[in-house]
Amino acid sequence: MIRLLDRWSLDPKLVVAIGGLTLFGIAMIYSAGAVYVPNAVTEGAWLRQTIWFALALAAFTILVRVPLRWIEWVAVPSYVISVVLLGVTLIIGTGSGTAAGVKSFIDLGFISFQPSEIAKLSTILIVARLLSQREASLTSLRDLVAPSALVALPLGLVILQPDLGTAMAFVGILLAMLYWAGSPVALLLLVATPVVGLFLSYDTSIWSVYILAVIGFLYFYRFRLYLFESVALVLANFAAATMSRPLWNSLAPYQQNRILVFLDPEVDPRGAGYQVIQSKVAVGSGGLTGQGFMLGPQKRYDFLPEQHTDFIFSVIGEELGFVGTALAIAAFAYILWRLLRLAERSADPFAGLVLLGIFGSWLVHVFVNVGMTVGLVPITGIPLPFVSYGGTFLFMSWVAVAIAVRVAHEP
Amino acid sequence: MSLHLPHERQRRALGAQIVLVLVMASLAVAFFRIQVLRSNTWELRANANRIRQLPIPTPRGVIYDRQGRILADNVPGYAITLLPGPVDSMRATLARLSQYMDLPADRVSRILQTMSRFGREVIVDGDADFEVVAALEERRGEFPGVYVEMRPRRRYLLGNAAAHVLGYVGEITAEELVSGAFEDERYEQGMIVGKGGIEEQYEARLQGRQGLKYVEFDARGRIVGDFTGIQTNEGEPGQDLYLNIDLELQEWIHHIFPDSMAGAVVALDPSDGGVLAIYSAPTYDPNAFVGGISQDLWDGLRADPGNPLFDRAVLGRYPPGSTWKLAAAAIALDLGVVTPDEEMEVACTGGFFFGDRYFRCWDASGHGMQNLAQAIGNSCDVYFYQLGLRVGLNDMLRRATDIGFSQRCGVDLPQESQGIFPSEREWWNRTYGYSPREGEVLNLAIGQGPNSQTPLKMAQFYVALAGDGSAPAPAIAQGVELAEGWSLNLAPEHLEAVREGLRRVTAPGGTAHVGTALEHWEVIGKTGTAEHELSQAGLREPHAWFAGMAGPPGGPPEIVIAVIVEYGDSGSGVAAPIMAKTADFYLRRKYGIPVDSVQTYGEHLRQGRPTPWYTRRYPPPPRRIPPPQLQDPSSSEAVPTALSTTPSGPTGPTQ
Repeated sequence: MIRLLDRWSLDPKLVVAIGGLTLFGIAMIYSAGAVYVPNAVTEGAWLRQTIWFALALAAFTILVRVPLRWIEWVAVPSYVISVVLLGVTLIIGTGSGTAAGVKSFIDLGFISFQPSEIAKLSTILIVARLLSQREASLTSLRDLVAPSALVALPLGLVILQPDLGTAMAFVGILLAMLYWAGSPVALLLLVATPVVGLFLSYDTSIWSVYILAVIGFLYFYRFRLYLFESVALVLANFAAATMSRPLWNSLAPYQQNRILVFLDPEVDPRGAGYQVIQSKVAVGSGGLTGQGFMLGPQKRYDFLPEQHTDFIFSVIGEELGFVGTALAIAAFAYILWRLLRLAERSADPFAGLVLLGIFGSWLVHVFVNVGMTVGLVPITGIPLPFVSYGGTFLFMSWVAVAIAVRVAHEP
Repeated sequence: MSLHLPHERQRRALGAQIVLVLVMASLAVAFFRIQVLRSNTWELRANANRIRQLPIPTPRGVIYDRQGRILADNVPGYAITLLPGPVDSMRATLARLSQYMDLPADRVSRILQTMSRFGREVIVDGDADFEVVAALEERRGEFPGVYVEMRPRRRYLLGNAAAHVLGYVGEITAEELVSGAFEDERYEQGMIVGKGGIEEQYEARLQGRQGLKYVEFDARGRIVGDFTGIQTNEGEPGQDLYLNIDLELQEWIHHIFPDSMAGAVVALDPSDGGVLAIYSAPTYDPNAFVGGISQDLWDGLRADPGNPLFDRAVLGRYPPGSTWKLAAAAIALDLGVVTPDEEMEVACTGGFFFGDRYFRCWDASGHGMQNLAQAIGNSCDVYFYQLGLRVGLNDMLRRATDIGFSQRCGVDLPQESQGIFPSEREWWNRTYGYSPREGEVLNLAIGQGPNSQTPLKMAQFYVALAGDGSAPAPAIAQGVELAEGWSLNLAPEHLEAVREGLRRVTAPGGTAHVGTALEHWEVIGKTGTAEHELSQAGLREPHAWFAGMAGPPGGPPEIVIAVIVEYGDSGSGVAAPIMAKTADFYLRRKYGIPVDSVQTYGEHLRQGRPTPWYTRRYPPPPRRIPPPQLQDPSSSEAVPTALSTTPSGPTGPTQ
């Protein structure tokens, strides 16, 4: 039996953990459908999720037996197709459910899917191919340009949808893969400085201190960078600071609200702050052991927004309490830890890079999704892998599992 | 590339593991903080989110009549309440509600205003039709924040017949809520309270204590059900109230009072001053006020020239006319300035000279020499002019004030008009800016001049005449402590002499005989035809009064009644039959004799009914065969009894 599981999954530890998490997710989706005034969408969601899980397992079974070379080969065409699809999405894309304003789906009639899910995986593969072919480590800013550009293209298209959550996942993918490819941490931090500066520039004095620290760090680090790179970084910081005000103004009011509400949800408790407050109320009232499976009143009486998709973790918090949330966080930690272990063991650079790309993507998803339910992160529409309701997302996540397992277990 | 080296991969993996642990630990800490350390706060907030406190209306006390018959009770009704929420969504809900019920724009804005002011639920319709309720329940999902509850609905079984005395109920207004009358902590916005009449007077007793329940709502304001975690407080119903009112008598008066006329009837029990019936016409249906009166109906009542909302029995003030001559007589007897058998020195020849002015009697042909009883029977003005002069202006003012003609009766109603009567000579200076001459007493003695009394006050005065000369404050509710009454200080034989005068009014040959003669009962009383500004100008008829008492022949009076019919023209023709019919109904019910709608001698004659009882009651057949033109009593038989010919002008502004 164990041997059978071993042969089927190649990596039973990872696959059993993720399979268990998926089943747990289906159970929570079933619970999320148990509301006082039922509606057809949430009520049948668990069943549709189960069907997608079956399809995903079938895809997994096939994909783990595909030669590694095929996966490497498919990277370029799938990347091209993904980018084209993302472009098409901007034109004919449709919204879905409550996120109707975000055009992220392509509706083929019998099925609708999110091209950005495919794009994440293809981007991981193509960046992994690019970086694994390099002989030298990534030490200078110039070395980062090519992989960054590969990520920036789909990322930009996703932002135009606008799907901020998925865009953040692309950033996670890029940073994790660059890190694994050997670029110095200090360099990555320096690249991140303009982005941080963008947010700090709301207060001139804080930003002044910050820019001095960045310049000081660059001076200390001067022997590892070309001069023009240092100058470019400083200029980028200034550009970000001057851009911050117009950028803020160009945001739609609801986007501005989300950021303001993140800082203090009570500024608009019935509007933008409603979701965070209700989610925190649900999670907080769960206490140590929760209200009991299926029994959360916040959920039942419809106070929780998007409770079977983006806020599924709030249902876990309300019904299963801290015991449930801690176990769920631990499960994700184990899965991500396992990806790192597999990467560490892989002598093949391509395998390690793919695993780190998947790691980066999932880490962002978990942190942002779980963090927003308690106000740790601003609210962005980003699902929780394997748990949130969403057919194509579940399917593509399992494809990622299959690829991860496949590359890690290349004999 | 460094990835080929295992130790480099280990180093990188370790770094990534540190990041992973930090991220996951920060999440775990955040959840620990909110779920374990702060759980109580959030739990409270979760409850506040979905559990709302709602009042449970308790039924008002039932109002019974003197025999335990229900005057006002409660039936199940439905109230549609709107719970507070965002203004826009409330407005949208109200717009949708208006498809099912009458909700004008100003009502909508008032509801939203109240909601923002008190921040709590507002009753949209306190008395919803069942069809509306059923329609809303079917579409509950469309009406977030709308809450339908059972709520006791007040019902007035007499309807129009007892509108003024009982009052009505309505939702407490914002002004009432901050006023002193409702400072009791029981009172809250949205409650139903008594307005006017007994409902207002005994509000504190009739109102119970409303209960509290906890109801669960979902995020869209839809009711999920009662929350069982907190004990529901059922509240206490109001206390019942028993009145001295006789339900059937009240209804009878409403039935017999002429539909087109305005006026009032007050019936008192002479034994204790209890109010047997108190009626004001025209009237309205208090049931229309329950649950909120419609704007059209309200405007109609306000604009009605008959002023149906005005309680003429206790608020209306009318010159008492000849009915007040009894007060003058009582004062004179008390002071000892006249004796019952004594005749006045000047015989009535149709008028009387005082100073340089000639005061006429209503009967220009004159009454000749008369004693007190004859003068009352004839309502002779000349006798009373002289009686007034013997009393003197100062004593007349002082004693009339003692009897309370410038005060309220102290009835247990929220509002009562004070009688107008000068308490001292200074009154003329204050009111008109001149000092009165002694001649004022002549007008006062015949019930004219600056003298205006409520029907209730006149009834109370006749209670004193009916008994031992004392008059308790009229009480509508049973077992209540009211203000001290007053006494005429008259000897029994003097009272009997006064009553003898009243007897002459209704005796064969008396002005009110035909209209008041009854088969079983003796009616005595005094007519009054009260002049007022419009009648003196010849524009309208004078007011018609009759005040009197009735009981089994030979026995003490068992009911005292005052009747006024505005512009009724004739006390004997219009007001007296109403009094007699009221008394007849009450006494017949009391003694178990079947009631007939044909009651008085006059009615029998008009109907052509045989009246064998009449010849038995009045053995020597009346010397005078009743004239055939009785069909129109107001013009022929009834003669104005108190037509004072005092020149109009400064002396008689309130006539």
